[in-house]
Amino acid sequence: MSPRAASRLESLGFEQVYDYVAGKADWGSAGLPLEGTNGSETRAGAHVRTDVPTCQPGDRLQDVCEQLDESGWDTCFVVDQRRVVLGRIGRRAIGGREDVFAEEAMAPGPSTIRPSARLEAMVERMQRQTLTNLPVTTSDGRLVGLLSLRDAEEARRGLAD
Amino acid sequence: MPTPIAREMVQQLIGEGAQLVEVLPEAEFEDEHLPGAINIPLKQLDRERVQDLERGRPVIVYCYDSQ
Repeated sequence: MSPRAASRLESLGFEQVYDYVAGKADWGSAGLPLEGTNGSETRAGAHVRTDVPTCQPGDRLQDVCEQLDESGWDTCFVVDQRRVVLGRIGRRAIGGREDVFAEEAMAPGPSTIRPSARLEAMVERMQRQTLTNLPVTTSDGRLVGLLSLRDAEEARRGLAD
Repeated sequence: MPTPIAREMVQQLIGEGAQLVEVLPEAEFEDEHLPGAINIPLKQLDRERVQDLERGRPVIVYCYDSQ
């Protein structure tokens, strides 16, 4: 639709016309703000915890666990230098504390959602699948944070009030 | 010929004063839109409606996605 609109504007005499082809789906998926009745506050991205721990594939699991002990988190995301999510280290690996690298201990390719995912739908998904949280990444795979069921339910109640 | 651009360029042009136009129907615009965008649905894109736009500034049009 936007290519036709751009051409139409040119035919109406506008000389500097640009077409953002990927549109607002791309914008929202990148975690950028949207306005409107279903704007950013109703989306997952507005309610994520961004301080979720991360580590590199070549980090030692024991070192990662020590950092987690200090932070109080029970999960850690293995990311590359661009913060693209490669895997997730969960409770079992943390409990085992084997002498391995993070990339050996991680569960590769965890399911993720985009920041623009509707909060209501994500609450229902976590409840249905008995998940306590969902990792949120941009459309190019970079970690935004973690959406917890507790936070999402609380935010949903707030939006309903 | 209109120039296709990606998100980074959109952000840059907005910073330089570009005008954002969502061309989806009004209900979809009301649902969600980029900050600062105005709504001119494609079916209403005529000489009268574009009077809301400044001709000397760049105009970025967008819809939902590339489909």
